Amino acid sequence: MKAGALPAAAAMRRRIDPAVLAAFGCIVLLLLGGSLYSRNFLSLEYLLQQLNVAAFLGVIASGVMLVVLLGHIDLSIPWVVTTGGMMATAAAGWGELGVALAIPIGIGCGVAAGLVNGVGVAYLRVPSMIFTLGTNAIVQGLMVLHTSGFAPQDRSTEAMHVIAVDRTVAGIPNALWVWALVGGLTVALLTRTPFGRYIYAIGNRERAAYLSGVNTRAVVVGCFAIAGGCSGLAGVLLAGYSTKAYQAMGDPYLLPAIAAVVLGGTSILGGRGTYLGTVAGVILITLLQSILSVVQMPESGRQIIYGVVIIAMLLLYGRQRREG
Amino acid sequence: MSRDWRFRLAEQRSVLLAAALFIAMFLLYIGKHPAGLTANVASTAANKGVLLALVAMAQTIPVLTAGLDLSVGMVLVLTNCLASSIMVGSPAEVALGTVAVLALGVLCGAINGAVVVYGRIQPIIATLATSSIYYGVALALRPAPGGEVDGALADALTGSLPGGVPASLLLLLVVVLVVWLPYRRSVLGRAAYAVGSSAQAAYMSGVPIARATLLAYVLAGLLSAIAGLLLTCITYSGEASAALGGTYTLTAIAAVVVGGTSLFGGSGGAIGSIFGAFVLRTIGDLLFVFDMDALWQPLFLGAVLLAAISLGSFRLIGVRNRLELYR
Amino acid sequence: MIDGGGAPLFRMEGVSKHYGGVRALEDAVFCCVPGHIHAILGENGAGKSTLIKVMAGVVQPDSGTLHLAGRPVLFRTPAAAAAAGIACVFQELSLLPDLTVADNISIADPPRRHGLIDRRAQRRVAEAALARVGAEDIHPLAPVRDLPLSRRQMVEIAKALARKPRILILDEATSALAAAEVEKVFAMLRQLRQEGMAIVYISHRMHEIAAIADDCTVYRNGRYVATFPAGSKSDGEIVEMIIGREYKNVFPPKPALPPDGAPVLRVSDLSWADQLRSVSLAIRPGEVVGLGGLDGQGQRELLLALFGVLDGVGGTVELAGRRASLSSPTAARSGHAAMALIPEDRKTEGLMLSMSVRENLSFAALPGLSRLGLVDRRAETAAVEKMMALLRIRCDDLGQPVAALSGGNQQKVVIGKWLLTRPKVILLNDPTRGIDVGTKQELYQLLRRLADAGAAILFYSTDYDELIGCCDRVLVLYDGAVVRVLEGDAITERNLVAAAFNLGALDAAPGATEAQA
Repeated sequence: MKAGALPAAAAMRRRIDPAVLAAFGCIVLLLLGGSLYSRNFLSLEYLLQQLNVAAFLGVIASGVMLVVLLGHIDLSIPWVVTTGGMMATAAAGWGELGVALAIPIGIGCGVAAGLVNGVGVAYLRVPSMIFTLGTNAIVQGLMVLHTSGFAPQDRSTEAMHVIAVDRTVAGIPNALWVWALVGGLTVALLTRTPFGRYIYAIGNRERAAYLSGVNTRAVVVGCFAIAGGCSGLAGVLLAGYSTKAYQAMGDPYLLPAIAAVVLGGTSILGGRGTYLGTVAGVILITLLQSILSVVQMPESGRQIIYGVVIIAMLLLYGRQRREG
Repeated sequence: MSRDWRFRLAEQRSVLLAAALFIAMFLLYIGKHPAGLTANVASTAANKGVLLALVAMAQTIPVLTAGLDLSVGMVLVLTNCLASSIMVGSPAEVALGTVAVLALGVLCGAINGAVVVYGRIQPIIATLATSSIYYGVALALRPAPGGEVDGALADALTGSLPGGVPASLLLLLVVVLVVWLPYRRSVLGRAAYAVGSSAQAAYMSGVPIARATLLAYVLAGLLSAIAGLLLTCITYSGEASAALGGTYTLTAIAAVVVGGTSLFGGSGGAIGSIFGAFVLRTIGDLLFVFDMDALWQPLFLGAVLLAAISLGSFRLIGVRNRLELYR
Repeated sequence: MIDGGGAPLFRMEGVSKHYGGVRALEDAVFCCVPGHIHAILGENGAGKSTLIKVMAGVVQPDSGTLHLAGRPVLFRTPAAAAAAGIACVFQELSLLPDLTVADNISIADPPRRHGLIDRRAQRRVAEAALARVGAEDIHPLAPVRDLPLSRRQMVEIAKALARKPRILILDEATSALAAAEVEKVFAMLRQLRQEGMAIVYISHRMHEIAAIADDCTVYRNGRYVATFPAGSKSDGEIVEMIIGREYKNVFPPKPALPPDGAPVLRVSDLSWADQLRSVSLAIRPGEVVGLGGLDGQGQRELLLALFGVLDGVGGTVELAGRRASLSSPTAARSGHAAMALIPEDRKTEGLMLSMSVRENLSFAALPGLSRLGLVDRRAETAAVEKMMALLRIRCDDLGQPVAALSGGNQQKVVIGKWLLTRPKVILLNDPTRGIDVGTKQELYQLLRRLADAGAAILFYSTDYDELIGCCDRVLVLYDGAVVRVLEGDAITERNLVAAAFNLGALDAAPGATEAQA
């Protein structure tokens, strides 16, 4: 009945997402274009430095990707990142045990915030955009209280600094290893486990997933918890990178994280996307921001170019199919 | 005919709820305020409330089409910066300046609409990108806070009318009568509801989807520009503040939800969003008037915001067929 | 083609439409004449939907010509076709749920005053349109989402008529209507035919077509087969044209003796809201039990309740002798006697359309196909391929999105998904709605085979022939309660209809008429 469309070719076209190709293509273009300005852009040192910085965004984007695949969004990133950093540094001021547990505590706080998000979205059925907004506000309130009321330590621990800045193995930044670990686990989760299939299914059609016997609420809570943990971990890394935690440290990461995920080919409506694309999107955004600052473009120009580039790339491959 | 009233009432239920909530809170606020309901107190409260209400109205219209405009806050900031530069001089110049500011808002809305309709890019990410662009232009216009605005106009819009009624409330009323109500009754206005209700069915029914969506974003831009004008009149200056823009965008979304408009599109309206905005504004004022420790205010505000938006989920407690919960 | 009646009002020639590699229409021809009701017949995937979508401007053909009243036309959008006088009542409905009935009826071209919509005039238009189709009980200000499917279909028909079209197309427009309402619609169609409207009617229900159509056209595999006056060919000949091969038995034989053994599903006094009242039944392994009755009497709710979807269900349910908790589909799927539910709407409830055929087939059985938290790909492939062969699912590539399959094959994927969980109780919610004749037969055979293998089957159908042909027993529901149980030879159309209206039995079977539930 089918008009013998070559199945092999169709399968090949399916496996190579054009969005991912376009994203990597843009990365190459950016590097080449930047190299016209300065040869430094193609130096190993510069690239490693960029990957180090990209790792922070990459960790956040991993969690965001899971949430977006479900068809949801997480707007609590700014203050959950800040909380991760601040609680980790605060724990460092609690004695020996605190120093040892600083990193897990930072991550744990992120997971806790993520659980709250998950319960609100999955059980209370509040749209994720608005609920995570509320969580963001509450977490902000808690941190304001915490810092003003307790004057906690804001210096990071040695361990935090090591994983964020040092290059222990083969000259590769440790932060990159952390991102690789998070990324590897994310890929495994998405492609090899039933949980990953459930995520794509819920993003596609939650009703069908529910009627197939999947505990969709647990999956949603789980994804938000993981996303919260990723944000917390990123906060820990950021605090380690700048050796201190400060308010609003998470603010610059919300929009780039979402943009990175979408530019990597993940549909904002959910149900479609690959982690490779997210990696490309993260590197792309990081490079873009870096190049714009190196050429000493004023802030106004940077913002405009940032927006124009995102739209241009989405016009290339982020378009929805026409109705009918 | 009694069936008619039951249907109409059911349609307006969430608006009435938001209005009742606001009235209750405002009475509490006035009761606790040391000065009571003076013209000054009223106009200060009204100015802040109307400002947020206008941005909330702007946000409502794209939301009706099941879209979103994350750039309303930045259009507010951008038009504020422009207004602080050109709304001075002779009455003719001020009038021209006003038109230019509104036109800028319309232009921003048209760009948003074009990217969403012709570029076929999802509204969330499209308006996220354009908000960046508008912020950049605002920064270029006003690298540092400053500027001025025609004093007479500012006083007129932010002061009180005879009888103690705040002028800004009159402005809001005019906007509702001239922009919102005609839009709601127009073919393209209803088409916006249709698109949000079911884009597929709207297409099959021959609804002018492209024009309706475009107009929705244009109106959002226009309303944000009116808010920008008002902001300039309140602060007598222009400032390219990313924080302000971001806060207004997100608070406007909260106001839309509290006012009963569904983020999934197809139902709700700007009047509910106005009351939603008033409710949110009054909460902040209430905290101030009840002498809440400044340190506790952000947490309390966040908790109240979360509670307000979770209120809608109470209707889910009665849901007996769980299929209704899942799309 | 067709003789007499006047010149064709609409003519389509050489029209082809491809979707990817699938040929939906191949060199199709069609023409219809004013004052005639023209039925279109064919399996799903035969091209009927695509044909009318081309006529209604929803899709554009790849090639071919269309002529309206002798002049060539091209409809780029549904609005263009509507403006030309073609109105279509779509199977998927084109109503906007959040808007009122009046808004929906006048959605495209409302009466205006000073440039704005005139609500009062619009309401009058709606009332007139609803009266025309005999649906005065629908209030114009009611939001469409609060209306049941049958009312929505009436609104959809009213909406199409309100535009005073020259050609009216109805695609499965009566699928949720009760017999009395269908009669009202037919009376209206006959009136419209008298007035000179050209009507195109698509339905899978042969008796409807026999009752209303003047001419019939058959399509198969996207190609035109034949056109003939209604009533000039027997049902057998028509079905042969539709599926392209001769067919004899529609239904597999039922076992002579009722199965014995303890019931695997026993329901006692099941109640929910005011839609289910004290329903009791018991099904033994090997039995195929049907649910009958008018639409909306609680049949769907019963199946949902058994599967754990409904909250606040009273009464008890026992599976294989032990009490079941009915807390969620998750519990139903993995209980000690696994249950499966084939849902009502396969596109929104049974499948994840953009995911692959393989992923959809293995979806419900993933916990069993996994080891140490990871999916065992080889086991998955083996299970999926086994199911493809067992159900004869026509699909070249397991990795393609399931949306690319025909309706019948999609339904097979839904069933295959559940068969992989090895259920003891299989619930089916109108499983053959919108399915082609050939696949239906395969499903009937499959149900009997599954029952013979020891499963208990409970299915709701709106098709009397199915209930008569497949079921060992039929429980007829009226207003949420079981009013009659028909068994064996007592299952006749007259008895089913009588029971559906809560009347006494009309055809007594030798022996028992009031069987035990």
